[in-house]
Amino acid sequence: MIIAEHLEQTYMSGGHPLTVLSDINLTVEPQGFLAIVGPSGSGKTTLLGLLAGLDRPTAGRVVLDGEDLGPLTEDARARLRGEKVGFVFQTFQLIPTLTALENVLVPIELRPRAADRVENPEQRGRELLTRVGLGERTHHYPAQLSGGEQQRVALARAFANNPKVLFADEPTGNLDGDTGHAVIDLLVALNTEARTTLVLVTHDQELAQRAHQVVRLSGGKLVT
Amino acid sequence: MNLSFTLAMARREGRSSWRRIGFYMATVTLGVGALVAINSFRADVTAAIHREARTLLGSDLRLSSRRPMPETVQAILDSVAATGSEVSYVTSFSSMALTPSTGRTRLVNVRGLEGGFPFYGEVETDPAGSWSELQSGRRALVDRSVLVYLGARVGDELRIGQARFTIAGTIVRMPGEADISSTIRPRVLIPAEFLAETELLGFGSLVRYRAYLRLADPEEADAFAERHETLLEEAEVGATTVAQRAEDYARSLDIFARFLGLVGLAALLLGGLGVASAVHVFVKRKLETVAVLRCLGATQRTVFAVYLLQAGLMGLGGAAAGVVLGLAVQVLLPGILDDFLPVAVSPTLHPMVALAGLGVGVWVAVIFGLLPLLSVRDVTPLEALRRPFDGPASRWDLRRLAVMGALVATVVALSIAQAPHPWAGVAFAAAAAVTAAILGGMAWALTRATRRFFPRRAPYVVRQGVANLFRPHNQTVAVTLTVGFGVFVLGSMHIVQRNLLERLSLDARPDRPNLVVFDIQQDQRDGVESLIREHGFSAAELTPIVPARVAALNGRPVDELLEDTTGPRPARWALRREYRHTYRDTLVGSEELLAGEWWYEPAAPGALPRISVEEGLAEELGVGLGDAITWDVQGVLIETEITSLRQVSWARFETNFFVVFEPGVLDAAPTVYVTLTRVPGEEERALLQRDLVEAYPNVSALDLSLVQQTLETLIGSIALAIRFMALFSIASGMIVLVGAVATSRYQRVRESVLLKTLGAQARQVRQVLATEYVALGSLAGLTGCILAAVAGWALVTFLFELSFRLPLLQLAGIGLAAAVTTVLVGLVAGRDALRRAPLAVLREIGE
Repeated sequence: MIIAEHLEQTYMSGGHPLTVLSDINLTVEPQGFLAIVGPSGSGKTTLLGLLAGLDRPTAGRVVLDGEDLGPLTEDARARLRGEKVGFVFQTFQLIPTLTALENVLVPIELRPRAADRVENPEQRGRELLTRVGLGERTHHYPAQLSGGEQQRVALARAFANNPKVLFADEPTGNLDGDTGHAVIDLLVALNTEARTTLVLVTHDQELAQRAHQVVRLSGGKLVT
Repeated sequence: MNLSFTLAMARREGRSSWRRIGFYMATVTLGVGALVAINSFRADVTAAIHREARTLLGSDLRLSSRRPMPETVQAILDSVAATGSEVSYVTSFSSMALTPSTGRTRLVNVRGLEGGFPFYGEVETDPAGSWSELQSGRRALVDRSVLVYLGARVGDELRIGQARFTIAGTIVRMPGEADISSTIRPRVLIPAEFLAETELLGFGSLVRYRAYLRLADPEEADAFAERHETLLEEAEVGATTVAQRAEDYARSLDIFARFLGLVGLAALLLGGLGVASAVHVFVKRKLETVAVLRCLGATQRTVFAVYLLQAGLMGLGGAAAGVVLGLAVQVLLPGILDDFLPVAVSPTLHPMVALAGLGVGVWVAVIFGLLPLLSVRDVTPLEALRRPFDGPASRWDLRRLAVMGALVATVVALSIAQAPHPWAGVAFAAAAAVTAAILGGMAWALTRATRRFFPRRAPYVVRQGVANLFRPHNQTVAVTLTVGFGVFVLGSMHIVQRNLLERLSLDARPDRPNLVVFDIQQDQRDGVESLIREHGFSAAELTPIVPARVAALNGRPVDELLEDTTGPRPARWALRREYRHTYRDTLVGSEELLAGEWWYEPAAPGALPRISVEEGLAEELGVGLGDAITWDVQGVLIETEITSLRQVSWARFETNFFVVFEPGVLDAAPTVYVTLTRVPGEEERALLQRDLVEAYPNVSALDLSLVQQTLETLIGSIALAIRFMALFSIASGMIVLVGAVATSRYQRVRESVLLKTLGAQARQVRQVLATEYVALGSLAGLTGCILAAVAGWALVTFLFELSFRLPLLQLAGIGLAAAVTTVLVGLVAGRDALRRAPLAVLREIGE
């Protein structure tokens, strides 16, 4: 499902090149579950961004569901994300001006052609929110929800489009232990139900152990 | 682009955007309101003038002459009158009016009426009906201002020259004349049959003879004027048709209304700035949302469209409210500009004007919002994972340049459309751009300077306040621009007004004359001089005035010059007018020799008499040094040579002349005299004028204080109208200021709460805020003042051609008021942070 070859990412920092990632090679099988672990500043989030096509690598290439991201334009990658990718962020990243239901509907409504959208998006949105236990809070705004509830809305949003790959950036990083566990259980359950490939960045060893595949980053390099 | 998503997202986001930037759209409302009001009013006035065109002239056709109607013209008038048309005659001249009961005098515009004028429209009088009784005896109708000045009442006696009249009432409204004309030249209407009795129509008096015609077929007026064009021209009789009169009025009122429109446009441009800074802040707050949308698969174009649509919709809302406001103000404008209107204006809805206002409002909101919105394109989806430091870097690509170009074109096009003249529009747009650029530059310089020369040793609160000026999300540019622009607009208007008013006050210094005595006949010279002396004052030397007309230029007769259609021709008015020459052996204070030589040396034997011509007139006549002008002086032809050119400062309260002769040439010609004197007290001036008029009824006196009063009234009325329109700019500026402070309030509140959490007292937080706003307010106020001074100087010097004086104190007052307002608004907006519990504030920020 995902192939990364010789990935390298270098940023200019204060006029000097700063290599954040170098020579990363990895493959994730369809319906696989990859955990990226490592200390802060080791390049985990950068790698996730590159795999998801949020940024272009300085060198190397990423193939996502058979498509080489390299030659794709910014808009083409956006479309690819819309069709095949779901996201869960550490800071939830719900759109504060939209209700829970409207947040969930965004990826569906973003589909350019009506034919590509699920039938009756609103019903789909409600079902997803019910599935994450928020069926009664569809019209609440993010500010009216707790952290755990917000992340559950984010989960519902991530699965709205039946993505092939789900990227999660420290999904429990902003939650307390119990809430974090509940969110992870839900994430894994949804993932299994939807047969999605899951790529997850985490500090949480326990969570990492549930993955099929773990890569450890240190100083921008893979240490296996 | 995904249209349904764009629409749905814009609608949902719009719910909260209204709270954030809807407030700014009130500036668009004010700008559109100002434009719709003034443009609808313009359309109302034009419609009223064309509807009441005949009333404006009071007839179908008007003939006007400086001399009694020549026989050829009178013959036509008689024949017209004999064939079913009506002719009415009005003879007008300036003279002193005296009321024996109070002993007071005033220079008035006397009009002797004969016949049925006005044929169209009604003369309104108080008491009503006095007009129809005017012709029934020695009655006079006067402007109210005449009564007030003379201290007279209806029923009192009024003396004009040797004739005596009873004041029968006051003129409330004359058709075709604006109320302000009664201030400039107060009218006294008398029956024409008593004109001769006044004995004032003799030599030297400037009399205007007019004949008003009501034709049997009103549509014939233009044809009539055309048919007799040559004859009228030869007789030096001017003809004005209804259409011409309406056009003249429409044009001058249009220029005034357009000027007011420019003042209104300033409000809209300020609104544009407000929208731009609001959208700028708005976009910064939306970066995360944009990044998330991009993560979820939205293309750049889709996200951009979501926000552009919101700006457009809010612009539409603001503009629609503006149209409603404009229509409401349109109803008020005739009341405010009443003094200048020759016809009654009834406000009507002009759909095109309203639609144009709506369109302009939306366009301004979109085009000003577009520039900051372009940053949305530069947000990468990666920013959803990592928060950038200070927003995306702006990309200078073709689109950004195109938007900049469209913005500049919009401002220029709007200015040109609104300005009385395309160049005035360009100048206005340039001035606005330069002002905005300088203010923006000053704000930038302030952020650089405070960062570079940071007061490291200052107390903590000062350091914190100063740091606020250059930290990320600072409001330095927004506040400096809006406050500075407001000070600039108000300041420059005030400077121009003060300079116009002070023009005359300057001449009222103790050594300046303040009374002109004119129309003194040759045999009255000694008498007038001794009368002035008897009153204890000294008169300046009497200045002789000799009326003359141009007969030929360099040997070519005027008629030939007028018929010549090849090549550059001397200006018609300059060839045809009656000049009033003088002769003397020196230059006076208001004159400056530009070319040639003054006649300090005796003329060479056999040379032509020498004259000095004012530069502007020389240009109009197309003559220069060495050219010959032949003058018709009361039938005697005198050929002269131009030996010098002068610049004349016409604004000086002195007797100035286009042409000055060397002494000895005109001495024998029929002459009237004028003299200037200084009479300090008002009562003394009144007494002297009374005695002058009683002894020499043909002699007139012009009181400088009266001229000044008239000017003050006139400028005051204009200033009132300008101030009214400027109100829109001020309100707009206030909204932008409050908005700018409010948008950065979240940032400030968060910091203030943090400071409080860390142990800062409310007083210290207040001091931090005060330091920042004092710096911002002072910079904006000071820069605005300097720019206003430069603009005021340019307007006074080049447009009004007056010497410039800077009303420093008042200007500083305006600047200070703006600075204080800034500080107050800043502190009031920050008050929230001091009152509320930290937790509640932090929660609100998190929303």
